[in-house]
Amino acid sequence: MITTYLFYFLSFLAIMFALMVVFSKNPVHSVLYLVLTFFTIAGHYVLLNAQFLAAVHIIVYAGAIMVLFLFVIMLLNLNKETEPHKSVWLKASAAVASGLLLVVLVGSLKSAETIVATNAFDPNIGLIENLGKVLFSEFLLPFEVSSVLLLVAMVGAVMLGKKSIK
Amino acid sequence: MTLSFLIYKIILVVIVFAVTLVVAMYSTYAERKVAAFLQDRIGPNRAGPFGILQPLADGIKMFMKEEVIPGASNKTLFIIGPSLVLLTACMTGVVIPWGSPLVIDGTVYPLQITDVNIGILYLFGVISLGVYGIMIGGWASNNKYSLLGAMRASSQMISYEVAMGLSIIALVMTTGTLSLGQIAEQQHGWHWNVFVQPLGFFIFIICAFAETNRAPFDLPECETELVGGYHTEYSSMKLGFFLFAEYINMFISSAVIATFYFGGYNMPFIERFVQDPNWLAILGVVFLFMKIVFFIFVFMWVRWTLPRFRYDQLMNLGLLFK
Repeated sequence: MITTYLFYFLSFLAIMFALMVVFSKNPVHSVLYLVLTFFTIAGHYVLLNAQFLAAVHIIVYAGAIMVLFLFVIMLLNLNKETEPHKSVWLKASAAVASGLLLVVLVGSLKSAETIVATNAFDPNIGLIENLGKVLFSEFLLPFEVSSVLLLVAMVGAVMLGKKSIK
Repeated sequence: MTLSFLIYKIILVVIVFAVTLVVAMYSTYAERKVAAFLQDRIGPNRAGPFGILQPLADGIKMFMKEEVIPGASNKTLFIIGPSLVLLTACMTGVVIPWGSPLVIDGTVYPLQITDVNIGILYLFGVISLGVYGIMIGGWASNNKYSLLGAMRASSQMISYEVAMGLSIIALVMTTGTLSLGQIAEQQHGWHWNVFVQPLGFFIFIICAFAETNRAPFDLPECETELVGGYHTEYSSMKLGFFLFAEYINMFISSAVIATFYFGGYNMPFIERFVQDPNWLAILGVVFLFMKIVFFIFVFMWVRWTLPRFRYDQLMNLGLLFK
């Protein structure tokens, strides 16, 4: 019962903060609202008893990626004067394009069927032991492939970050 | 979840919170005494016998000072900054096992607020959030020195988090668990993790120095280059929050080091003298605090012995030796 209320409360907060990301004038405020949005999503993970996912979500998104965002925005020191001025045509075409996207989304949601859960929800599925077992047995190949992908990205980042290649 | 369980947890939370604040408060006094000892001075000795009321006097001074909020600053964020720093500093205490469980009338009372099965990740997450308070505070002050100090603090904390994460992963692989309660339990007797992972301990303690922004890594508040670093514009208790959070972080880091590598509440050979499990639990708390006090002393010892690094040396140390 209490989880239902918590779910609605967290969802309300998540949507509100997400809207604030878009609507706030100051880019630094936007980033901070995005961090709060990530927190509410982590709260949803905790409600599903997926604590590992919640913790990793906080560490990776709020702890690392958003700090870098904040870093760049603070150093750029964006404000009204430095904002690039776009022409009216550009604004109008952007409005038309995003309006069309909205139409497509509404149309696809209208014709979508409601998904019925095929098997009962197992509250222990998100615990770290079960997650590890599933990752190393059932999903071993995708797991290893994604590790190779991360390695490639890491090597690429180091190569790009080097000043000169001897 | 019964009512008595809830009340017990609330009492435990209040005790841990109060003890954290009191230890941090007296760390400021201890720091000045240790500094005085290392520099062959006397240190604070006016407020009360041996100056033990000095932290109270400092606190009252901080509260009584005029509060200045710069006109060109972002007021909301200016207030949120120090609050966040103190909040994240206080949040880590909940997963630390302060002692083995007490058994009274057949009911088990664990001396740990919550033993989540992702304790280490929780700790790591809260540490990584500690950057925000400093960054927000530094940016909202609208001052070049503050911004530079905040940038230094955050880049230093992010880069040392990587090394800290790697040393923690080595620890997790040897212990096979992410729960702090189990890690402390496994180090019963002489099975302290420091004998298994001496290098990991060394890396972890260096990263702990960097994460708490203390000397020799206190470049974010380097007076000779940056006036006061990220808290240049702060006055009164807001400045006090920034300074106080450093001492709370130091206390929590010492508790984490003691739990991870030095057996937590365990002390070898104690079972030979005391058999009653409840007395053992209480003694365990005492042993843990002895270890914590020792590590707080190490933090101070290093601060007053080593000079500050240069900034590029700091980043090289953090990012190249891996």
